[in-house]
Amino acid sequence: MSAVGMTDALRRLEVMLLIRAYEEKLVEFQRGGAPGTCTSVGQEACAVGVVGALESRDRILTNHRSAGHLIARGADPGRLMAEVLGRVDGYCGGRSGSLHISAKELGVVLTSTIVGGELSMAPGVALAQKMGQGEPGGITAVFFGDGAACEGIFHEALNLAVQWQLPLLFVCENNDWQAFVHRRETMPDNAIADWAAGHGLPVVTVDGNDVEAVHAAAREAVAAIRADGRPHFLELVTYRLRGHFEPDDQAYVDADELARWQARDPLQGIADRLLAQGTLDAAGLAQLRDRVAARIEAAAHFAQASAWPDPRTLTHHVYVEQGARP
Amino acid sequence: MSRMTTEQAIHQALAEEMQRDERVLLVGEGVATKRGDLVRNFGTARVRNTPLAEAIIAGTAVGAAASGLRPVIDLLFAPFLTYAMDALVNSAGKLRYLSGGQFEFPLVAMSMTGSGWCVGAQHNHNLEAMFAHAPGLKVVMPSTVADFKGLLKAAIRDDNPVLFFTDLALLHQEGEVPDVADHLVPLGQAAVRRVGADVTLVSYAKTVGVCLQAAEQLQAQGIAAEVIDLRTLKPLDEATVLRSLRKTGRLVAVTEASGLCGMAAELAALAVTRAFDALRAPVVRLTGPDAPGASSWVLEQAALPTAEAVVEAVQGMLGDAVVVREALATT
Repeated sequence: MSAVGMTDALRRLEVMLLIRAYEEKLVEFQRGGAPGTCTSVGQEACAVGVVGALESRDRILTNHRSAGHLIARGADPGRLMAEVLGRVDGYCGGRSGSLHISAKELGVVLTSTIVGGELSMAPGVALAQKMGQGEPGGITAVFFGDGAACEGIFHEALNLAVQWQLPLLFVCENNDWQAFVHRRETMPDNAIADWAAGHGLPVVTVDGNDVEAVHAAAREAVAAIRADGRPHFLELVTYRLRGHFEPDDQAYVDADELARWQARDPLQGIADRLLAQGTLDAAGLAQLRDRVAARIEAAAHFAQASAWPDPRTLTHHVYVEQGARP
Repeated sequence: MSRMTTEQAIHQALAEEMQRDERVLLVGEGVATKRGDLVRNFGTARVRNTPLAEAIIAGTAVGAAASGLRPVIDLLFAPFLTYAMDALVNSAGKLRYLSGGQFEFPLVAMSMTGSGWCVGAQHNHNLEAMFAHAPGLKVVMPSTVADFKGLLKAAIRDDNPVLFFTDLALLHQEGEVPDVADHLVPLGQAAVRRVGADVTLVSYAKTVGVCLQAAEQLQAQGIAAEVIDLRTLKPLDEATVLRSLRKTGRLVAVTEASGLCGMAAELAALAVTRAFDALRAPVVRLTGPDAPGASSWVLEQAALPTAEAVVEAVQGMLGDAVVVREALATT
């Protein structure tokens, strides 16, 4: 199947496959001694559905579980892997590692691994857009999890965005896990949507493992923000299929619950649907998988061949060197 | 020269920089309420009252700064900065570096601190050294009215995040400010407030005045003290301090902030690591105690280094030298 003849749905499937293959490669790297990562395995539909609804003039803030958002935005897996491995060809020259990758050229600005950090900065990015910085009509999307919704800054950010009428899309990937604690221990059921609604902005809760449902809801929310300039909130109900941080044996995870969610794997879901619709056949799916695997292998080679940063650059980029401008 | 208070100098700096650069905006609890002329001149979009929520005020400034604006935030009292620490320390201070230099964070975080208003430790806590310890941040703490204006203007033009501390006791002091169109004081340059060859007194904010009083008293005893006002704590003007130490060989570092891991400790380290050969006496630190600020006027004042303590320290350092001079003076 050529990329030209692909439908949007097939493209979304391919990007989800790419994200999964990328993160599986990172797991392999970790087993070989590379730094561990926080994977987003199981949450690919959230990233692909929402990011696909954004335009290049829009801005994205993300968090430590960012691989999906970055790849869905078009990040080069080779440069991402180089960053995770701490090499010079990474998006941040190896200074970020996996946890705080930003790529200004892609509009992926300000990634914070402090849970809630992305929420604290997002209103400012949207305010700058509202005040004329960047291309006209741009909006900001901020990705965070149910863990961040337990931070006080969640409420401060929602309140300010509503009061100041900021063009900001809040995207909560509710994946049931807050590091090593299950969401049931930290909040009442369905609390996130209720908390958000209490701030007086439109809230939609969607099956976060259904990429088409996520995409439809995101398109609607983005269109509404562009039209009314006000914040909207998406809660995407999903599940973290791997541990908090590689390696993680998930001994603390209820096996039945994990099995239930594995049976709802978002990649399998969209693939099954496309196969049933006749949009895709088994050979076509195999072809997609092969293409993705080849890209990831090439990316891995690129990253591993990338040079280490020069230790003499250790203190570069701490300050803007030119200081005050005239 | 125009005579004005620190408060007026700060206001002039804000007005001039907002006039000069439309990307500058002022955000905080009550900024629009208290600075009506700025609202009238620059509009409600650029002068914004906020909810009482320091974390989101600071976070919003960080996001806006990375996106092309140049926010100035007023967080009122320095202890409130602890609510804003994540945005200032983890985001503004680190994300430029972690992103490999992709982003700049031109923002100024203003706050007040210091004894003099009897407001107690949750409104008065000199936290400047904590921020000096955090990479990526600059720290400014002026003493003169002219410097409040010139340093604030320079801080707003700086492309890095700057913590701008106002000593409460200096807010209503009066001083002369140059009438030039653009009175700028560069960050990172200390000022020699008084020239002397016998001892170097280094301080910043209100305790610069303490050092100047001490120098006056010392002069009566025939001792010439040099007084250095750091003005900017980070970047620290090491050259000015070292130049003075090479001349005097004696250092008294004076701060209102407590001593452990503070600016006075840093100055002592600078002296022994970079000018040990020039030192003629052990370095003396005169600092506030390791205790929260009390509200009672008497206790608040008791926490401050005094001119008398500075004089006594200098006399102790000079020791025999003082006696010899006094003997010479009487013959």
